[in-house]
Amino acid sequence: MVEWEVIRFSFFNLETLQEIWPMLWRGWLMTVQLCVAVVPLGFFAGTILATIYSLRIKSVNAALIVYVDFFRSVPPLVLLIYVTYGIPLLLGADIDAFVAVLFAFTLNSSSYFGEIVRAGIESIPKGQMEAARSTGLTTLQAMRYVILPQALKNVAPDLTSNTIELIKATSIASVVALPELLRMGRVAQGLVYNATPLIAVAVIYLIMLWPMVRLLSRLERRMMSSR
Amino acid sequence: MARVEPVVEALAIHKSFGDLEVLKGVNLTVAPQELVFIIGPSGSGKSTLLRCCNLLEEPSSGVVKITGEDITAAGVDINQVRQRIGMVFQSFNLYPHMSALGNVSLALRKVKKQPRAQAEAKAQEALERVGLAHKADAYPTELSGGQQQRVAIARAIAMEPDVMLFDEPTSALDPELVGSVLEVMRELRKSGMTMVVVSHEMRFARDAADRVLFMDAGMVVEEGPPDEVFGAPKHERTKAFLASVNGH
Ligand SMILES: Nc1ncnc2c1ncn2[C@@H]1O[C@H](COP(=O)(O)OP(=O)(O)O)[C@@H](O)[C@H]1O
Ligand SMILES: [Mg+2]
Repeated sequence: MVEWEVIRFSFFNLETLQEIWPMLWRGWLMTVQLCVAVVPLGFFAGTILATIYSLRIKSVNAALIVYVDFFRSVPPLVLLIYVTYGIPLLLGADIDAFVAVLFAFTLNSSSYFGEIVRAGIESIPKGQMEAARSTGLTTLQAMRYVILPQALKNVAPDLTSNTIELIKATSIASVVALPELLRMGRVAQGLVYNATPLIAVAVIYLIMLWPMVRLLSRLERRMMSSR
Repeated sequence: MARVEPVVEALAIHKSFGDLEVLKGVNLTVAPQELVFIIGPSGSGKSTLLRCCNLLEEPSSGVVKITGEDITAAGVDINQVRQRIGMVFQSFNLYPHMSALGNVSLALRKVKKQPRAQAEAKAQEALERVGLAHKADAYPTELSGGQQQRVAIARAIAMEPDVMLFDEPTSALDPELVGSVLEVMRELRKSGMTMVVVSHEMRFARDAADRVLFMDAGMVVEEGPPDEVFGAPKHERTKAFLASVNGH
């Protein structure tokens, strides 16, 4: 079985894996750092955008629609390249690659999260806000304690699904040389001349995201049965 | 004799939604401990009038005073005023993600800034007054419509308001559950609460109301003691309305 030996050598090479494992580990840590920063940032920014939108101030909402449409239309890779290479030009100073990536992904993901949360807010009957306001709560208190908890629960599957997409999308940061998981996998591949590092990267993503995909299915099923 | 300061004084209230004039100069004065009952056909502006009293709707013109304070004046802190005006809605509008106790204590904690323990003790007391002390931990979906509406009443009275506004509090209830809510409202009245009630429960009005207002097409057509308005209505429109209601 010579062919099988070739496949094993290029794709499932345990010696290679042992050698490059520390690199992948560091890449994975960077990916985790990126996600731990960008998911909450995008989510909170999006929630704030959606809350502002719900105040129905015409001119403000027009601006928000432009913002959201713009950042949903621009491919994240294009946005990332503009931010990474454009901002230093504008500022005349280098910015940290991590900060640039964070900034670009916050712009992009806040638009998506914002749209999801907005839909959630709009799914809550008007009477909830009125009841809360009638007891003396301010609009923001009513949002925080009455509307948002219900709204976020209603769109939990969409939020989870968007989070999974966002985590996968952070691999784009490899293009601007941020040493995250995919980047480190490709560097390792260049060192060992076989594809094992990339297989390992895929498996790591799978292990990381599979529980979330399961969670998503469960949330979706629960939503269906509570309708 | 000095004039008793009304709890609610709505003067010359006009309200339009776009081109539609819904209130055409309505006056509503409610004395302390008075129960004013408002009847009228659907779309006549009853809900809008109530909602103007706590500024859930902004009147297009006119003045609303609560215990003498002009709440339609510029610079009034409406959240401060709303603590003193309880409102009960046709559709209950309980917060489904909170227990009965959570529903009742939220505003005590966040508006009156009471510590949680104090707010919950107060909320428990309010639940007791509506006969639902044993349901403090229940969520709205676990309660019958009548129980939900009583929790909603507890949510309002826990704030110790000067006046309670009821907008068709029993219209969404199955007939066998109406009685328990009316019973709570009677108790409230006995305890001296000032109340404005929009409802079709004519029996309750006869028993409990001090004054009945009949509204039609954005105006108060007739007002007086329940015996007069129900027993000997002066206006044709009042007669026609009462006939249509009693017809079924
Ligand atoms: N927010 C609103 N926007 C537009 N029209 C409204 C609004 N609220 C009420 N109306 C209209 O005002 C009229 C009076 O409504 P309402 O006060 O609810 O009457 P009632 O409570 O006596 O049935 C109705 O024609 C209703 O359609
Ligand atoms: Mg109404």
